[in-house]
Amino acid sequence: MPEEPGAQSLLDQVAEAERQLIEAAGRERPDAEAEAYFDAVIAADQKIEPRDAMPEAYRKTLIRQIAQHAHSEIIGMQPEGNWITRAPSLARKAILLAKVQDEAGHGLYLYAAAETLGIDREELYAQLLSGRQKYSSIFNYPTVTWADVGVIGWLVDGAAIVNQVPLCRCSYGPYARAMIRVCKEESFHQRQGFQSLYVLARGTEKQRAMAQDAIDRWWYPSLAMFGPPDADSKHTAQSMEWKIKRYSNDELRQKFVDMTVQQAEVLGLTLPDENLRWNEERGHYDYTQPDYDELMRVIKGDGPCNRQRMANRREAVESGAWVSEAAAAYAAKQNVRQEAMA
Amino acid sequence: MTKNPLWEVFVRPRRGLSHSHVGSLHAADAQLALRNARDLYTRREEGVSIWVVPAADITASSPQEKDAFFDPAADKIYRHPTFYEMPEGAEHI
Repeated sequence: MPEEPGAQSLLDQVAEAERQLIEAAGRERPDAEAEAYFDAVIAADQKIEPRDAMPEAYRKTLIRQIAQHAHSEIIGMQPEGNWITRAPSLARKAILLAKVQDEAGHGLYLYAAAETLGIDREELYAQLLSGRQKYSSIFNYPTVTWADVGVIGWLVDGAAIVNQVPLCRCSYGPYARAMIRVCKEESFHQRQGFQSLYVLARGTEKQRAMAQDAIDRWWYPSLAMFGPPDADSKHTAQSMEWKIKRYSNDELRQKFVDMTVQQAEVLGLTLPDENLRWNEERGHYDYTQPDYDELMRVIKGDGPCNRQRMANRREAVESGAWVSEAAAAYAAKQNVRQEAMA
Repeated sequence: MTKNPLWEVFVRPRRGLSHSHVGSLHAADAQLALRNARDLYTRREEGVSIWVVPAADITASSPQEKDAFFDPAADKIYRHPTFYEMPEGAEHI
């Protein structure tokens, strides 16, 4: 009997339904109770803690963000570390050393927070070196004069603070606690930079020109630190729903511009933007957007210093390996000795 | 790179307060953990005493069993002083 037209496709649908039925039976059912608990904690604006059940995507997003943040602190030691041996006075050198040491500390708080999500420290280090995890694009720009150290403190750390203060209210407990610690220390970083620039701006003509030149070079890369515009930011909406992020990239960027204009006036130096002016209607400053194509190029690895930063990091890991090997050997020897005595 | 064990760090902020958990770090042995904890968590005089504990030695209750684990306390409201109604006129109690 010839099949009626369409019968085969109907049979196909039956077979497909049967296949789906078998597949669904074998599928792991999401734990509805755990999911409801997670949603309730987020809705109540409370903290998720390391051993709570959480959606896999939430865990992955946090690992990506916290790791990127930790890597930025560690790589961020390089541009400023470049000036430790050439700081203009002992006082400036001591301050810079303390600041770079803080950055190392911030990286370690954040690595520890990331590890509570079940990823290994060694794995995080490996992903930085292999380029699978990123760090902030800003640290791929060179520090060519002493004034750059001041501008990093004022603008780069200033932008970082605007970004990080809302993270103190992040829904993931260990990240929020690490950020509170970081933000308390970060304020010294910004102030020492501002004060250093203030001195240069009131110094010789050459010092003043050096300070202005540094601002001219760092202003747009600092604006780009807030990430792509909201329309192109692929993680923002979900992260805000999970209360990891509290404000969008553009909101934070605007906040930074609004705060910085007055500070530049106090310094008596100019932000390199002809279109920068107060917009009465918006209640904000209008400003020129940074070059986001450049941001993407630098993130992808093609900034002025990407290769140098990674080469230095790799070199530090390799040439420092003997220290942790020696410490481990000593610990093992002590253990044997203690067991022998017991 | 050598794999160092994880240590949990507890700091007593001031005399008279108890030690509180502040974070964790990796170190080869207890002495190094203690010294690293000093450099990492008390750079600005945040503490007067530090404990380091191997993370592997901590036994924790499971959040999944939270309800069953803590339930026995829920129906013993007579452990709270407010359970007892005091007669009119009783003072200092």
